[in-house]
Amino acid sequence: MGKTIAEKILSNKSGRDVKANDIVVADLDFIMGQDGTSPLAIRAFKEMEAKRVFDPSRVAMVIDHSAPSPLQGVSELHHQMREFADEQGICFYDIGDGVCHQLVPEQGHVVPGDLVIGADSHTCTYGAINVFSTGVGSTDLAAGIISGKLWFKVPETFKFVVNGKLPAGVFSKDLILYLIGDVTADGATYMAAEYVGSAIEDLSVEARFTISNMAIEMGAKCGLMEADDKTIEWVKQHSKREFTPVSADPDAVYARVKEYDVSNLEPQVASPHTVDNVSAVSAVAGTPIQQGVLGTCTNGRLEDLRIAAGILKGRKIARGTRLVVAPASRSIYLQAIREGLIETFVEAGAAVVTPGCGPCVGTHNGVPSDGENVISTANRNFKGRMGNNKAFIYLASPATVAASMLTGRITDPREYIN
Amino acid sequence: MNLKGKAHKFGDDINTDYIISGRHKFKTLDMKELAKYVMEDLDPDFYSKVSPGDMIVAGRNFGCGSSREQAPLAIINANISAVVAKSFARIFYRNCINTGLPLIECDTDQIDPGDEINIDLQKGVLHNATKGIDIPITPLPEVMLKILSDGGLVEHFRKYGTFNFD
Ligand code: SF4
Repeated sequence: MGKTIAEKILSNKSGRDVKANDIVVADLDFIMGQDGTSPLAIRAFKEMEAKRVFDPSRVAMVIDHSAPSPLQGVSELHHQMREFADEQGICFYDIGDGVCHQLVPEQGHVVPGDLVIGADSHTCTYGAINVFSTGVGSTDLAAGIISGKLWFKVPETFKFVVNGKLPAGVFSKDLILYLIGDVTADGATYMAAEYVGSAIEDLSVEARFTISNMAIEMGAKCGLMEADDKTIEWVKQHSKREFTPVSADPDAVYARVKEYDVSNLEPQVASPHTVDNVSAVSAVAGTPIQQGVLGTCTNGRLEDLRIAAGILKGRKIARGTRLVVAPASRSIYLQAIREGLIETFVEAGAAVVTPGCGPCVGTHNGVPSDGENVISTANRNFKGRMGNNKAFIYLASPATVAASMLTGRITDPREYIN
Repeated sequence: MNLKGKAHKFGDDINTDYIISGRHKFKTLDMKELAKYVMEDLDPDFYSKVSPGDMIVAGRNFGCGSSREQAPLAIINANISAVVAKSFARIFYRNCINTGLPLIECDTDQIDPGDEINIDLQKGVLHNATKGIDIPITPLPEVMLKILSDGGLVEHFRKYGTFNFD
């Protein structure tokens, strides 16, 4: 019987021939924690009476969620992370280096065929480069860095076959919002998602990350893609590690398969307060907006900044609105400066903040006030997500966010794209 | 392990931001402090309404969203003895087992707010004492029962130094 990508990677890493629903203990290739989860993991590490991490070169900690620290309490937690990183000699990224999910692939830590855990739910992002990566909590993280292993239930797979060609002004963010709206927030719970088809193949690796990043918003454990020539070239540019991509067998068994054609897809928007509350932009166009957010692990990459800058160039954001821009990493920030994108944002009236999570998770950098509407390129619009449970968050592509900032209302970006 | 308490009922898709908001969780590792804010965005008085042993009862996809382990830890420290729901999000599920918070998967339509609930984890039975009915529950996989019975993953590692399911 054929195997899915998830079954193959978990077979390779557990040294057993496994299929969906088996429970395995498997070897981990890389392990990551961020500043919201690492302090608890460090505490669990000590409570487990461990002395050393299993392999410092395979462990990273990233300060990105509250970076730089907005509060003394947070500063103390950051201090614990810096101390632990020094003592153990692990990879460490401090404030301004970027969002964990950008850094892990960008810095070459993960390659196709890997098995990776991260103490952050959007660890599924690296599925775009054929990595079985999944989010865990702090105690699992501690167990992982001590033993180099974790137990997994081999997931069944939900295969999304996405064909057709995305129209101008419609992007990978619109595609994944559409899929989530279709299958709902728990449509793929406990499952691996596999994304295939000509629409996926057409996308750049950067654009693919956006799709795998949001696999968790349909409940999935990971969001896997095959490694094609684009993937292999991208990985070789970023990593020196050897790798063997893993593809699904033609006779692999899927729990569900759904087919889509996205040739006529419109830009999509997720309205408050759930990610699966998705409609075409036309259904919510005109909704007044007070704040925009461009960035996050979903859409803070160079390509995203270029798309938004293309719309904002030579224009000003509407009076009564504000735009927060957070590049996803230091290297993206630098390249955006070199290309003049940052100049475009600043001239348009945006506030550019430290590379990292920015205002995504409500710790700092742009908490909205009561009753305000925010349009964001992030992946979650839960009530209270940005630090105020009386604000309203809409999710959209960088193009839709940029266009909406120019008018102060939710706006179809195709009005600005020829 | 026998659990006993009254039901506090919530709906579908209760995410970890509702369980404990990001604006509180980054501040401290003091779970007693965080416990005061459990479910605050849905019910500002929740913490003061809970008597020790009470249960959170919800619909589908409980615990979706972030991987914050502060969510189960804050629930435990709010003196909740178990979460009963139609289904759970995956990371939350693991985190609860690892931190020692029992999860019960069953049909929750037959539980109303304030109902007295008794659970026998070994036998796998949930009894709604107010309504006088038994509700079947989905058994936990063995690996999880092992971690729960060791008292969570920290205790499991203190005992074995690594994963040991033999
Ligand atoms: S950018 Fe937002 S979603 Fe991504 S890791 Fe940071 S807080 Fe989480």
